[in-house]
Amino acid sequence: MPLPDAEALCAELVKELRSVVTPETAMVGIHTGGAWLAERLHRELGLKLPLGRLDISFYRDDYHKSGLHKSVKASQIPFEVDGRRILLVDDVLYTGRTVRAAMNELFDYGRPESIALVALVDRGERQLPICAQYCGATHAVPKGAMLRLHRDDRGKLALRLDDA
Amino acid sequence: MHNPQLNAKGELAHLLTLEGLPREIIVNILDTATSFVGVTEREVKKVPLLRGKSVFNLFFENSTRTRTTFEIAAKRLSADVINLNINTSATQKGERLLDTVDNLSAMHADMFVVRHAQSGAAHMIARHVGPERHVINAGDGRHAHPTQGLLDAYTIRHYKHDFGGLSVAIVGDILHSRVARSLIHVLNILGTPDVRVIGPQTLMPAGVESLGVRVCHDMRQGLAGVDVVVMLRLQSERMRGPLLPSAQEFFKYYGLTPDKLAAAKPDAIVMHPGPMNRGIEIDSAVADGPRSVILPQVTFGIAVRMAVMSILGGS
Repeated sequence: MPLPDAEALCAELVKELRSVVTPETAMVGIHTGGAWLAERLHRELGLKLPLGRLDISFYRDDYHKSGLHKSVKASQIPFEVDGRRILLVDDVLYTGRTVRAAMNELFDYGRPESIALVALVDRGERQLPICAQYCGATHAVPKGAMLRLHRDDRGKLALRLDDA
Repeated sequence: MHNPQLNAKGELAHLLTLEGLPREIIVNILDTATSFVGVTEREVKKVPLLRGKSVFNLFFENSTRTRTTFEIAAKRLSADVINLNINTSATQKGERLLDTVDNLSAMHADMFVVRHAQSGAAHMIARHVGPERHVINAGDGRHAHPTQGLLDAYTIRHYKHDFGGLSVAIVGDILHSRVARSLIHVLNILGTPDVRVIGPQTLMPAGVESLGVRVCHDMRQGLAGVDVVVMLRLQSERMRGPLLPSAQEFFKYYGLTPDKLAAAKPDAIVMHPGPMNRGIEIDSAVADGPRSVILPQVTFGIAVRMAVMSILGGS
């Protein structure tokens, strides 16, 4: 089965989210693919609060097995988290561990009123009780393969399947 | 050549000295530290990386400041921290250094931060404990103080962005200074073209030129056109015999005053590893002046130590 078209999924998410967002809605993207998707959604939806970005390396649950990631990016949450409704954005939803780490990190900035998850693709195989409230498509891929979002020089988004 | 700081996969397992460390390891530490600076500005200044791990601060030589910054760094990584001032403890009862370490390892220590008056003490402990437990050298004799060298490099990179065109002057008591040695190594590894050491002949180690630095005995000549001035503390407690006529005499020739600083570039920054002797190596007008980055150094030092501990703890 061919991979879904990332640009088309993105357009659908924009349509779906338009009725959800308010001037108070905050958005946070998870590095790297989630941040690219979040940049796009943030712009198309015309959100007022500046976009937040999380690098969850300091919160990963496999640190003691795999060590610290090289080239950790600084997380930036340029708004008050307390009492905020947050849309958390990632490209591919898989085990749920990244989302758990991202939520743990967000709570170290404050106590949000709510967090909803936006994902471009859900590839299944969840290991934690986490689901996306807004999801472009579900698409199963072989175990061990890496489904990732890519962005070209002109900003075009595309899904790609890489060997792990 | 086998580097005792690296494990079989070439990752950093101990931080003992900056000498001979691959450039990419140093750059990775500095980059990781940048991300930790953001953490220390948040509401909750902690991340969970070292949760459940025990960090032992083994200070065989007194240093409240360095011990405190390591303690804060470890606590912000959620580690449990145990401070041991050994000069007041078992070694006075005659316990051998490695017996102390074995006892603490039996208490499930994961990381040792070691300061010792003898050069090579941290190396000896690292060889003894192997790559599963991690050792950070927090200063050994005159030899090395790698996290200080890294935080100095971080500070320089923060203000000057790139080492490619920089002139850096290190001033004062080079002879007794492990800070100077570590800084010279890291500046060389990061490609700093012009590193000068300035001080009286009696406080210059023999053969210091072989480290890749230029030696100056005149302060104004040495500071001419530099981007960074690093002042060192005059370590009177390590001086045996008369190396200097007097502290006043030293200040006259080598103390950093606004007048002498005028020889440096107008945007030159002034650093000092602390604790400062005001009126001996640095004038208060400079230490508290607009070009001083001495307090930011302390803040960056915590982020740099968090970076080192989190990289070691995951190796």
